[in-house]
Amino acid sequence: MAELLRFRDDEPVDHPAVTVDAFGGQANAAAVRVEPGDDARALIPHLAHIRLVEVNFPAFTDGRGYSAARILREAGYTGELRAVGDVLVDQLAFMRRCGFDAFEPDQPFDDGEVRAAMSRFPHAYQPAAAGAQPIWVLRHPPANG
Amino acid sequence: MYAYDQYDQAMVDARVAEFRDQVARRLDGRLSEDQFKPLRLMNGLYLQLHAYMLRVAIPYGTLNARQMRALADIAEQYDRGYGHFTTRQNIQYNWIKLADAPDILADLARVEMHAIQTSGNCIRNISADHLAGAAADEVCDPRPYAELLRQWSSFHPEFSALPRKFKIAVIASEADRAAMRLHDIGIRMVEREGTLGAQFYVGGGMGRTPMIAPLIRDFVPVDQFITYAEACLRVYNRHGRRDNKYKARIKILVHELGADEYRRQVEEEFAHLLTLGIEPPRAELERIKAHFGPPIHAELPPLTAQAGPSDPAAFAEWRAANVLPHKLPGHVAAVISLKPIGGIPGDATAEQMRVIADCAALYSADECRVMHTQNILLPHVREADLPALYARLADAGLATANLDQVGDIIACPGLDYCSLANARSIPVAQKISQRFAASGKGAALGELKLKISGCINACGHHHAGHIGILGVDRKGTENYQLLLGGSEAEDAALGKITGPGFDEDGIVDAVETVADLYLARREAGERFLDTYRRLGMEPFKEALYG
Amino acid sequence: MKLLTGNDLRTGAVIWWTGSNWSPHVAEAADIGSAGEEIAAREEAARRVVAPYLIDGERGPDGSVRPGHIKDRIRALGPTVRPDLTLKPADPAAGNWVI
Repeated sequence: MAELLRFRDDEPVDHPAVTVDAFGGQANAAAVRVEPGDDARALIPHLAHIRLVEVNFPAFTDGRGYSAARILREAGYTGELRAVGDVLVDQLAFMRRCGFDAFEPDQPFDDGEVRAAMSRFPHAYQPAAAGAQPIWVLRHPPANG
Repeated sequence: MYAYDQYDQAMVDARVAEFRDQVARRLDGRLSEDQFKPLRLMNGLYLQLHAYMLRVAIPYGTLNARQMRALADIAEQYDRGYGHFTTRQNIQYNWIKLADAPDILADLARVEMHAIQTSGNCIRNISADHLAGAAADEVCDPRPYAELLRQWSSFHPEFSALPRKFKIAVIASEADRAAMRLHDIGIRMVEREGTLGAQFYVGGGMGRTPMIAPLIRDFVPVDQFITYAEACLRVYNRHGRRDNKYKARIKILVHELGADEYRRQVEEEFAHLLTLGIEPPRAELERIKAHFGPPIHAELPPLTAQAGPSDPAAFAEWRAANVLPHKLPGHVAAVISLKPIGGIPGDATAEQMRVIADCAALYSADECRVMHTQNILLPHVREADLPALYARLADAGLATANLDQVGDIIACPGLDYCSLANARSIPVAQKISQRFAASGKGAALGELKLKISGCINACGHHHAGHIGILGVDRKGTENYQLLLGGSEAEDAALGKITGPGFDEDGIVDAVETVADLYLARREAGERFLDTYRRLGMEPFKEALYG
Repeated sequence: MKLLTGNDLRTGAVIWWTGSNWSPHVAEAADIGSAGEEIAAREEAARRVVAPYLIDGERGPDGSVRPGHIKDRIRALGPTVRPDLTLKPADPAAGNWVI
């Protein structure tokens, strides 16, 4: 059982995350917490010194955090992006593809279920934040390979 | 039609394995029902009034004979020998066991089918004009664009927990045969100065707050098609309402922001997304297009082609009613009615599915289409084969001649099957069908689209019926409201309620009353809808309530 | 009277609480009084039922159990438009019971 599942090698940030609103006033904080209704784009000017963004999922059915994650990765954010709250193992693969690289679920994941979820889908139809090439690239590899 | 390659197959196979694991975890208690429900819904599995119901995706309604036979086999092996074709061009089975569901998905995967995203708060099966590839009025075949959208929307990581369900339809002609503007996104392929692009209508829908989608962009170049769709969805995922399930569809967002503000936000997101290279390359569109070539017919034994119908008058009637023109000379499209007199709209037995499969293989270049009107279309029939086709259909009870007539009723499953329903729909459809068959007025009434929903969610499209019927619960008894003047076609309009509702027999009488008024007052060439639009509601109210 | 109903988790079949077990026949349903929520929670946790809920019922003149709302009467019988698939396929008038 893992209470914090990380797909990163660096040291986790150890001080508490501030809210997006509070962050505006103390831009030297290195950890910030994004709630579903927050505009992730408000963080873009400060990404260079942010090391941890926690995206909260009060309910696993609220998918706004997926867009927040992609927006931050699209803006070049390379720090830790952690999904916290009501995060379920069956969402892990999608969350990884949206750019999350750490998970702090309310109910700890089972290690076997994590391995199964991460190895389930061999491909993806869409390009997204986390690496793998979409199926249409595999079908039409660039001429210079 | 489209055929899976190794990648498509691998994705669907992986989904079967994933769902098998999820079902096992539900049955052994590792998943609670609250956790499992969204997962089963993403695989089309509902808990309905009597049992689990499985909705199988039929992308843009297209099936080959092998797939239709597999659907028949599933009906027999896992269900009770029949299935129900829906207004979203899918099929539903009503008596599924949870423990069987993974095996059914595996059987579907063997014929390149699945139930992925046929329910849940995600992008649903993509629907399209049932005459795609056959219609003379299309600027292009819309199916390659529907297939592009199918792949883009399948397992989309960002849009798997939307505020609410999301339905997309694609057409490619001025005529709208797919209720395009009553979808969350309706797309019409258009040609401007020799260049192909897409109009995006966003924010239509039925349900308790019906809306006709406004035009959000008049021309999206085809090589930015997916990127624009992604922008539309991202704005919705971020800003669609999540505080109230009944206000969570994109139509409410577009309505509350206003079309101009929604458009502005989409354009801003679109400009950003264009820099990311998320659009599949032109070569991918060309690869998909190559699957949608002109029809290639089976070689028929000479005697089959010459066999004639035993009842020439009935054949002539069917041909006049159910056969549509085709863009290729010598070809037609033929509609197999799933609306026999007094029957259950959209239901087909396994045996009938096999007859449809045989007819598709023999007479329609191995292809059939589920229509949103809950009938089956054979898109590519040689005119010379019509008598033989008719004979085969008539033997199986599939040759009712009533396309778009009063007997060709759309009806949701209603309270006979659905746990959301407030009143039964099917018995009302059956009585109306029988009433007009007995009086012989069906053909005289001409085009008259009658649509029945058993609750305000409007799966039976009652808002868009020339005549619509909405079943409600009035103090524990079934009651039916009558609506007039709706249309799902290019002249899209929402029906208006006539007044107080009726009981089950009363609503059948009421439909006959308004039909008789039309027959008495129509002018030359007018359909029911035209006469209603000319006369307005008052004379109909007067006839109904005096 | 109060009835407890739900669906069998594995098969999805409509089931009724008899006081000691589940039955597909509403005629065997017991008046559960005020114990419904507790039994529903226990049975759901044991995965013998999914989506359990309590309804009002009544006894007809012949003593038979009748759910108070038409929706639950249709659940108890089966689809009225397919008498062959209901729990009373041999009784052509069974559909009148739901009205």
